[in-house]
Amino acid sequence: MADQNFDTVILGGGPGGYVAAIRAAQLGMRTAVVERENLGGICLNWGCIPTKALLRVSEIRHILDRLDEFGLSAGEVTFDLEKIVKRSRQIAGQLSNGVEFLMRKHKVTVFNGEGRLLGSGKLEVAKNGKTFSELTAKHIIIATGARARELPGLEVDGKLVWSYKEAMVPKTMPKRLLVVGSGAIGMEFASFYSDLGADVTVVETLPRILPVEDEEISALAEKQFKKQGMTIFTSASVAMLKKKGKNVMTAEIKMADGKSIKHDFDRAILAIGITGNVENIGLEECEVKVNLGHIETGQWMETSARDIFAIGDVTGPPWLAHKAMHEGVLCVEKIAGVEGVQALEASHIPGCTYCRPQIASVGLSEEAAMKKGHEVRVGRFPFMGNGKAIALGEAEGMIKTVFHAKSGELLGAHMIGAEVTELIQGYTIAKTMECTEADLIHTIFPHPTLSEMMHESVLDAFDRVLHI
Amino acid sequence: MPINVLMPALSPTMTDGNIASWIKKEGDEISAGDLLCEIETDKATMEIEAVDDGVLGKIVTPDGTENVPVNAVIGVILESGEDNSALDGWETSAVEAAPQAAEEAPPIEKVAKVKAPLATAPSQLLQGRIFASPLARRMAKQSGLDLETVSGSGPNGRIVKADIEAALAGCASAQLPSAAPVTEELPVPASMAAIGPYEDMPTSNMRKVIAQRLQEAKQTVPHFYLTIDCEIDELLKVRQELNSRSDAYMLSVNDFVVRASALALRKVPECNASWIDNGLRRYNSVDISVAVAIEDGLVTPILRNADQKGLSALSDEMKELVGRARAKPMSLAPDEYQGGTFSISNLGMYGVKEFVAIINPPQSMILAVGLGEQRPVVKDGALAVATIMSCTLSVDHRVVDGVVGAKFLDALKGLIEDPLTMLL
Repeated sequence: MADQNFDTVILGGGPGGYVAAIRAAQLGMRTAVVERENLGGICLNWGCIPTKALLRVSEIRHILDRLDEFGLSAGEVTFDLEKIVKRSRQIAGQLSNGVEFLMRKHKVTVFNGEGRLLGSGKLEVAKNGKTFSELTAKHIIIATGARARELPGLEVDGKLVWSYKEAMVPKTMPKRLLVVGSGAIGMEFASFYSDLGADVTVVETLPRILPVEDEEISALAEKQFKKQGMTIFTSASVAMLKKKGKNVMTAEIKMADGKSIKHDFDRAILAIGITGNVENIGLEECEVKVNLGHIETGQWMETSARDIFAIGDVTGPPWLAHKAMHEGVLCVEKIAGVEGVQALEASHIPGCTYCRPQIASVGLSEEAAMKKGHEVRVGRFPFMGNGKAIALGEAEGMIKTVFHAKSGELLGAHMIGAEVTELIQGYTIAKTMECTEADLIHTIFPHPTLSEMMHESVLDAFDRVLHI
Repeated sequence: MPINVLMPALSPTMTDGNIASWIKKEGDEISAGDLLCEIETDKATMEIEAVDDGVLGKIVTPDGTENVPVNAVIGVILESGEDNSALDGWETSAVEAAPQAAEEAPPIEKVAKVKAPLATAPSQLLQGRIFASPLARRMAKQSGLDLETVSGSGPNGRIVKADIEAALAGCASAQLPSAAPVTEELPVPASMAAIGPYEDMPTSNMRKVIAQRLQEAKQTVPHFYLTIDCEIDELLKVRQELNSRSDAYMLSVNDFVVRASALALRKVPECNASWIDNGLRRYNSVDISVAVAIEDGLVTPILRNADQKGLSALSDEMKELVGRARAKPMSLAPDEYQGGTFSISNLGMYGVKEFVAIINPPQSMILAVGLGEQRPVVKDGALAVATIMSCTLSVDHRVVDGVVGAKFLDALKGLIEDPLTMLL
């Protein structure tokens, strides 16, 4: 029987939890992770990773559609949905096994079951309602993550109305797909299904899609999605979904002008935000304060209860794996008394959406910067002006930078176009290091690369752009 | 050949420093790594470490030497085998050579190494390099903030934006939006960054000295205060009587206060003293500094040997000093306003009833004199009217204890209330 007494027990083996466990083990703590499903959590099993596997397929498919442009030809391109899904699942499985290996490597004990706090320093682990382990821990880190939010009248039935989970393992290709919500999750699925040939309609209650992104980027994205054939309704909401037959439902969409339209779809994906997994984990036993479905934490991820911490999605937005991992590390280091731990700076967290075109950003949007009272300088550089982008056949997109006019602080960077999710880290480093425009201007960017656009955008903000 | 120990530049902006104290004495054996002495700058106290072995042959600038320029020779180390004769003719040439060398500052490490800051100053002064993010550097430059005064909270103590913002916000609430544009040319006092519209005024050197010295006094001298009421009806009568006898002089109440203070200091000589590093310094002469307001500041001309001068002499000398203090430009020589043993500040003519003054170091006392005004007093169980002048003594408790201060005030009160005794 495994040891039941630990320095740190982490509730949840997602990206926040397992990374926290590795760091805790590195710092010499006896560490355990309690996971009810698969190590790697939603991110690895039902989120970030398997969707990237799917989106790679739709990306290739899109390129194949353009073969002629490149002077290539091939026979008719068809796809096998089952194989596409299988590949995605295999990748998720492979990585989950990888996490299991990492846990063994770092001598982290993994309990497969549902964990529940029993007051200070104690937990029980149960499977199928039966408690099989009681653990003690000096420190407990809650990393239970979050799940899709539902609205009355818009409930997932798993057949016609999907959550991200069903959307990831389709058995048949929907012909007419309704995507409710245009955040990262909604737009990635919309993009995937659209590129594979579905007729996709996106409904967003806010005035623009990808509402957390810079307004200009949202507008460019909407334009491109529409060009690809998507139907997008903003300032609109789905009032009702009514099942009409085995494979058809009617959606009543309330439009911006107040009128309602009715449309038939054979599948709908709900992507209207997520809510923290705060239930049935014994929070009430330990006075951990929960607000609007999320655990309240301080800058070191401490909760209102002594020696109980919380990291990742369960603590609130932005719901991003890399934020959870970072919080896990800083939380564990703070527990271990590591010197010089830095609190998480929200404006340094990059966000990436892997639809086509890709979207990536860090820091303040132009309007957010203005709202904060900053006088700004804005730089823009189009993919059209970049040699590598043209050579790749990816000449659509833009990189936008927002600087503080006086101090030269990089307030935000916003990108849309091919591979921008791989580029954003450059600006993230710049922000973390507190670079000014001078440092970015003095940096030598390799030619020919897409990254040159990052340089040009900065130059443009200071009226020094070279290639437009 | 002897090795010169030079005044190191502990920071890029340092131009001179004071010798706080020598840890080694002349003739002491020195090995590399030994602490030689402590250097004071306006920002911190640092220990200087020897990087050569030898014997400390000579201390050029002894303990307490102030404003020693960077790269000036502060001491000489003899190498093994050398004796004091090696110093003959050595020292002067080296000292003379120093000013030329000042332009090209040799690295500190060559002769002496700065060990560690003793004060709370940022640790990054070592090697003169300050770790700060590019943004922090620029913000500091734009707001005139000296990075050396900021401690870093970033990785490895790096100064980051938040540290600059905190330093600029000072004690004011950091939440307040900064309303006014910051003038580029002038440094923004840290505490004002988050306040409403303002105007930055250039300050005179005198204002800077006042600011620095008074802040230092209030922060480092343990003040306590004693207040006493003096009945001055008799004094006023005597003054009027004396003034009516001749046009050659015009005695003021303050002249009496100066004279009384001087005599009281003679009576209680423990008060005529200063706190110095190793103990107390008692002064043999009574030199009274009198605070005089001038445009944009104040000076304290000194009435030397005030206890040996009569009222009219004091009065004339005071008028003469005030005249030259208020002339433009001020024509007092430094020794005419630096170095008294006791201060008087009188705001009675402005209607101030009583106040407390800040001690003017290294002096240990200052007398704050208020307005002489008619007040109801109780005498022999009956209400009466008397002219009362309240005097408040600020005292450096390191030098003068409460009872001693009270004795001084009692002597002062006796002299003021019975002015004829001033003649004795």
